Amino acid sequence: MAQIIDRRLNGKNKSAINRQRFIKRFKGQIKKAVSDAVAGRSITDMESGEKISIPTKDISEPEFSHGSGGSREMIHPGNVDFIPGDQVDRPSGGGGKGNQASNDGEGEDDFAFELSRDEFLNFFFEDLELPDLVKTRLTTLVKQKSVRAGYTSDGNPSNINVVRSLKGALGRRIALSSPHLAGVRELEAELKQLVADGAGESPRALEIEEEILRLRGKIRAIPFIDTFDLRYNNRVPRPQPSTQAVMFCLMDVSGSMDEARKDIAKRFFILLYLFLTRTYEKIDLVFIRHHTVAKEVDEEDFFHSRESGGTVVSSALELMRDIIAERYPTADWNIYAAQASDGDNWNDDSPICRDLLLGSIMPLVQYFAYIEITPELHQSLWLEYLTVKSACPNFAMQHIESQADIYPVFRELFKKQTA
Amino acid sequence: MSTNIISNTSEWTFELIERYHNEIARVAANYGLDTYPNQIEIITAEQMMDAYSSVGLPVGYHHWSFGKQFLSTEKRYRRGQMGLAYEIVINSNPCIAYLMEENTMMMQALVIAHAAYGHNSFFKGNYLFKTWTNADSIIDYLVFARNYIAECEQRYGHEEVELILDSCHALMNYGVDRYKRPSPLSLQQEQARQQEREEYLQSQVNDLWRTVPSRVTPAGKKVRARFPEEPQENLLYFVEKNAPMLEPWQREVVRIVRKIAQYFYPQRQTQVMNEGWATFWHYTILNTLYDEGLVNDGFMIEFLQSHANVLTQPPYFSKYYSGINPYALGFAMMSDIRRMCENPTDEDREWFPQLAGSDWVKSLDFAMRNFKDESFISQYLSPKVIRDLKLFSVLDDDARSQLEITSIHEERGYRTIRQALADQYNLGSREPNIQVWSVDRGGDRSLTLRHTQYNRRPLHGDTAGEVMRHLARLWGFTVRLETLSEEGGVELLHECVNEKRRH
Repeated sequence: MAQIIDRRLNGKNKSAINRQRFIKRFKGQIKKAVSDAVAGRSITDMESGEKISIPTKDISEPEFSHGSGGSREMIHPGNVDFIPGDQVDRPSGGGGKGNQASNDGEGEDDFAFELSRDEFLNFFFEDLELPDLVKTRLTTLVKQKSVRAGYTSDGNPSNINVVRSLKGALGRRIALSSPHLAGVRELEAELKQLVADGAGESPRALEIEEEILRLRGKIRAIPFIDTFDLRYNNRVPRPQPSTQAVMFCLMDVSGSMDEARKDIAKRFFILLYLFLTRTYEKIDLVFIRHHTVAKEVDEEDFFHSRESGGTVVSSALELMRDIIAERYPTADWNIYAAQASDGDNWNDDSPICRDLLLGSIMPLVQYFAYIEITPELHQSLWLEYLTVKSACPNFAMQHIESQADIYPVFRELFKKQTA
Repeated sequence: MSTNIISNTSEWTFELIERYHNEIARVAANYGLDTYPNQIEIITAEQMMDAYSSVGLPVGYHHWSFGKQFLSTEKRYRRGQMGLAYEIVINSNPCIAYLMEENTMMMQALVIAHAAYGHNSFFKGNYLFKTWTNADSIIDYLVFARNYIAECEQRYGHEEVELILDSCHALMNYGVDRYKRPSPLSLQQEQARQQEREEYLQSQVNDLWRTVPSRVTPAGKKVRARFPEEPQENLLYFVEKNAPMLEPWQREVVRIVRKIAQYFYPQRQTQVMNEGWATFWHYTILNTLYDEGLVNDGFMIEFLQSHANVLTQPPYFSKYYSGINPYALGFAMMSDIRRMCENPTDEDREWFPQLAGSDWVKSLDFAMRNFKDESFISQYLSPKVIRDLKLFSVLDDDARSQLEITSIHEERGYRTIRQALADQYNLGSREPNIQVWSVDRGGDRSLTLRHTQYNRRPLHGDTAGEVMRHLARLWGFTVRLETLSEEGGVELLHECVNEKRRH
């Protein structure tokens, strides 16, 4: 009469589609919540899922219901000392009015739920694309790897495949010599017969010996190896996309960069990093910090050690240029750079920075982003960078003041470029 | 005795579930419970959440609101704010009951008794379910509905379908026939074909939108034929049949939502009875097993704890109070009927002469079959239950500055409390009474709904406005909502002007 069925192995994600529908429908609100989350939360949360809340009123499903007012009689349990005719004050919060008592106390203003990490990041990166990504793709297609593709009969001597060539030569030799060899064997047999018959000195025998010598000469004349035999390893180039990128983080750590500014810079770097992780399999990070001199450091030092002193931005750019030349050939690496600074620079140095960028860095990098974190007016560096910006489409610069500016700035920097 | 005990451990296995089930089935049959065949499915907690968010339907179409439900269930469950229900049972034939894999053996037995025999027999026996739901075909219909809607989504885009579904969901509670009864099934089937033909003919001569020539009365005053002739309670039905601008597939979607609303309507009307009945039977059946020596003391102690949890009724001043617990009220009333049959007091003889001394199994069965919450309470709520639960009634009148306690659990209060409680479970008074009042056929095709006030209770203004916008989307022309106060005045509450015309 009863059937007992084990359904545990059936899919458990029956609601996945409905969940997607929900997220799709409230995209706008969720996006805003994500944006707020980026501004308000610490970096470590970025890699995890996110608790998102959106206003309940936006997602409510309306239905006809009674409002407050009118007259109604309600039954409640648990009477202690009421007697008929008692008058009591209305409980605050309108208990006894409204729809259900349970709706009153709770005050659920927001509908909260969890986005998975992927969903969160998808919202975060939605319709962002690295600038010139199309270009990047095209350029990376040019990078090719040669792969084996059998053998070919011509090529350059260093590609000669010895075994294959000698095999060919052997075959050729056997093929060309076999008719002569057969003749030789025949004549030798006849000669042997003549000798056995005692006619070894007959003219016929001499004739045969001569003929044998002639044939052996012909066999010897077959070349051991001929150009015809040569086989070369064949390699064809196959386009291979480059899947690695290097990201240079440049930061001013002079005394004027305080913790708050460093924190903003850090967020910016991490956002860029997160974005790159979605495009490239392998990402190298290079941290360069500078005051009057630049130094390559590890991440911990980059963000946390304290330095002071003046500011010479060009030192960092020079170091970056050198590192690229040394370790990151542009054929293999997509190079991105992000620079954060408070805009302070030694005045005479700014033109040098500009020339460095224009002359030796911008041609190498996919993208260079500069953010200036300062509530004050721009200084010489900003002005010089403006000329770089006008000259190079893959150079971007932004000015931000507070933590909450990061997300919009980030979007602005990497917003989808219409092809 | 101990040799009879089915199991001593709290771990369940399929063999044990089967053995418990056999015993429970035997006991239930002895008590005369008539059920659909059972299909007991073991599922995981995740699957239970899925089942939750699709309002308990095993097959459902896709809609964001189910996703919203799922997200909030998931969040609360993961944070431990909420335990999942022990069971979900579906009114279908065979009756599907879900057991969660995390449950102990005792809990599985409890759920089998509660859902597979309690709810199941209720679904099969109660008149509302018999009249309004078709357990044999519901799963097939749901599969049809899901496929149909998926097909519409492919063809018309899921945004389009979603708009229609949103609007239908807003009116879902008004997609049921409350007063009208369908004719018995055989006749219904007979009529189906005829109706089909009729509808076809009607579609040929759909005189609804032909401008009706106005009759001129002798006085020279124009009188228009009224449409609909009588107010219509089933708004979705009215929309499905009469909305001028809907495409055929949209009408079918409206129909699907309406059918599902109708399927759930009996459940909304029999919460107290249904849960009370199921709780009463799991209690009775498991106690019988204990009396027979089939389960041990540990099992019973664990059982009684869960049972007591389910029946918790916090008093009105408790911070956990959220209205009357239907399990507690239903169980108290069902148990009380049995008590009155077996051990009637003088009071019971006076109040319930027909019950006192009668066969309790038959009396309970009669009560289960022929009532819904409202009528069940007004028929069977006994003074003892009122006293046990210490029920009292509070009058909240906005014309007065204070609430008044009108009755308590005493001789002169019993009847008024019983009446008021029954009324509280009357969907008709719980939900605003809104009906289709008229359609301006000759003019701007506008649709007017009329809300009839009850006890001067007004509509919730904001949500009403939103629902009206949904209605306007379905209707395609202007829609209005009027409210009729108890003094007889009519006031226009909302108007959604919709000039959308398609070519």
